[in-house]
Amino acid sequence: MTTATLSPTTLSKAALFEAQAVKTSARRNRLLSLPALIIIGIFGVLPLIIICVYSFLVAAPYGGVQWQFSTDAYLNFLFQRDIFDDTLQFTPDFLIIYLRSFLFAVVTTIICLLLGFPTAYFMATRPPAQRNWWVLLITIPFWSNLLVRTLAIMFIIRDEGLINNALLALGVIDKPITMLYTNFAIQLGLLYAFLPFMVLPLYSSLEKLDFRLVEAAYDLYATRRQVLWRVIIPLSKPGIIAGCLLVFIPALGAYVTPLILGGGVHLMIGDLIAQQFGSGRNWPLGCAQALILMAAVLVALFFYVRNTSGKVQHG
Amino acid sequence: MPEQPGKNAIEVRGVRKVFGTGENQVAALDTVSVSIRENEFFTLLGPSGCGKTTLLRLIAGFDFPTAGEILLHGQDIAPLPPYKRPVNTVFQSYALFPHMTVAQNIGFGLEMLGKPKAEIEARVAQMLKLVKMEALKARRTSQISGGQQQRVALARALAPQPKVLLLDEPLSALDYKLRKEMQIELKRLQNETGITFIFVTHDQEEALTMSDRIAVMSAGKILQVGTPRDIYDRPAERFVADFIGETNFLPGTVVSKQAGVATVKFASSATISAGYPEGFNPTGEVTLVVRPEHADLVPDPAKGTITGTLSNIVYFGTDTHYHVKLDGGGENFIVRHQNSRSRAVTYETGAKVGIQFEEDAARVLKD
Repeated sequence: MTTATLSPTTLSKAALFEAQAVKTSARRNRLLSLPALIIIGIFGVLPLIIICVYSFLVAAPYGGVQWQFSTDAYLNFLFQRDIFDDTLQFTPDFLIIYLRSFLFAVVTTIICLLLGFPTAYFMATRPPAQRNWWVLLITIPFWSNLLVRTLAIMFIIRDEGLINNALLALGVIDKPITMLYTNFAIQLGLLYAFLPFMVLPLYSSLEKLDFRLVEAAYDLYATRRQVLWRVIIPLSKPGIIAGCLLVFIPALGAYVTPLILGGGVHLMIGDLIAQQFGSGRNWPLGCAQALILMAAVLVALFFYVRNTSGKVQHG
Repeated sequence: MPEQPGKNAIEVRGVRKVFGTGENQVAALDTVSVSIRENEFFTLLGPSGCGKTTLLRLIAGFDFPTAGEILLHGQDIAPLPPYKRPVNTVFQSYALFPHMTVAQNIGFGLEMLGKPKAEIEARVAQMLKLVKMEALKARRTSQISGGQQQRVALARALAPQPKVLLLDEPLSALDYKLRKEMQIELKRLQNETGITFIFVTHDQEEALTMSDRIAVMSAGKILQVGTPRDIYDRPAERFVADFIGETNFLPGTVVSKQAGVATVKFASSATISAGYPEGFNPTGEVTLVVRPEHADLVPDPAKGTITGTLSNIVYFGTDTHYHVKLDGGGENFIVRHQNSRSRAVTYETGAKVGIQFEEDAARVLKD
């Protein structure tokens, strides 16, 4: 018998060799992820630790920090210390900016979804050869810098801008409509900046959608609206979730858009935090504000993902 | 064939379907007319690209005909969207909703029709029982096997009690054994529900075993409609004979004709009587078709109507095929013998043999 030549020792040696091979390949795989881990560590985790530490220190008079423990930065977020008697007074200024930023981000996300879904659906239902052209068109704005594009919006909507001049020339209005440096301007800028981030994940989700399922739903007496709500939307949920996250989170921390189109009058969180490191010269407060934002986003995310994934299960 | 107008579930009248525009136009269906009776198991049979699935999609409402009418119980449904037709489809890919459970899939149609919850639940339970899937009703469709998905797709399409059930090659993804099982299952479901089934397949064996009637299609046209026996024994055209079952084609010359039977002479100057379809007038050089099981081998070539040399013997278990190289040349002639224990003569390749024909074995067909 041929099996007789395979003694127990050779068998176990083979097994050992195989186990070693598996182990080394696993080690090699772990090594492959090392560059990514190093980058995440240096540029992600380390700054976060520094921010965390700084938020518990005292601001130095001309920027920077003094190495002295304090929770003032967090207290200052909601309260103001009276200069004379040291009592804490509730001041909602920062809170209002946070809430306003949340509102901007939520409105941006909703409108981007409402505009992005039909767009993505349109793209996904084109013949395959055409689709890549549509994707290319959507990505064209990324070819130039956001700052430049935001300035361009400024030139379009300002009092002597394209829109007002056109309307004046047509005689629709007799004095310019003020659009620049308003909430409207910020909202418009945010929508413009983040719409592609909604369209692309929605498109990739809808493109994978099996349209035979849509036919099956029509066949089973579902109207167009029912097909949309019962089949297309539930099945494109991964794209909707990804798109909403990709729009909401950066919109919440938007810096350039509100700064330019809001004229520094209508602050958003990003501008507020930037101020603490610039003219405010209060680094610990800036760090605390940044961490509070992060915590708020994580909490919001937690509830959002839990709710939406729940809906998928209930179909 | 005269039809009683009220008894038809579906009547397709002069339907044309053209895809594409301008020079790229392709007629997927070229003026097709067919009547499908109530409670019938009707099969559209043909090779891929013959237009059978197009016809099914027109009946379902996924496409609209370029010309012609489709009547459901006498009412033209051709312009209606699919959700307004009391017709349901079992898809080749099953197209089950992956985000719903088995029970939710089955109840979907009823839910869309706005039926009360209690009625939906009762009907879903009944359907689950009908297709023997009660135990798996809470599973996701991705968590069940192909055969089980097939059953769910059937139950889902049957749940709203459609007037007509359309089946688009539903068994093609199943393995041989499961397919055989589902063929019987489908017949049982059709008997139990009394719903008209329109079944699309390219598998002639499936069509023959399951159907009440078959329409054989090719290149956007219906070539013949009839019972499986009609189609097999009395094919109207050469294509039908060739597509369904195995067939031998023999060249010959018509000598005389009388009451639907022609006398045809072979090159060997032997003659044979052969029937021909109504409305066909065979003259001169014709092609005869003979089924392999309607011919017999004789060891003595002198006793055969035609003669040849055995070139190949293929054993199939239940029967044996003898390939005979005919003396006049042309294609190999195949004779099928059932493998019974009592067969005395054994043949060997290279032997000279004669071929005899049973009565009515040969038919003259349009090319």
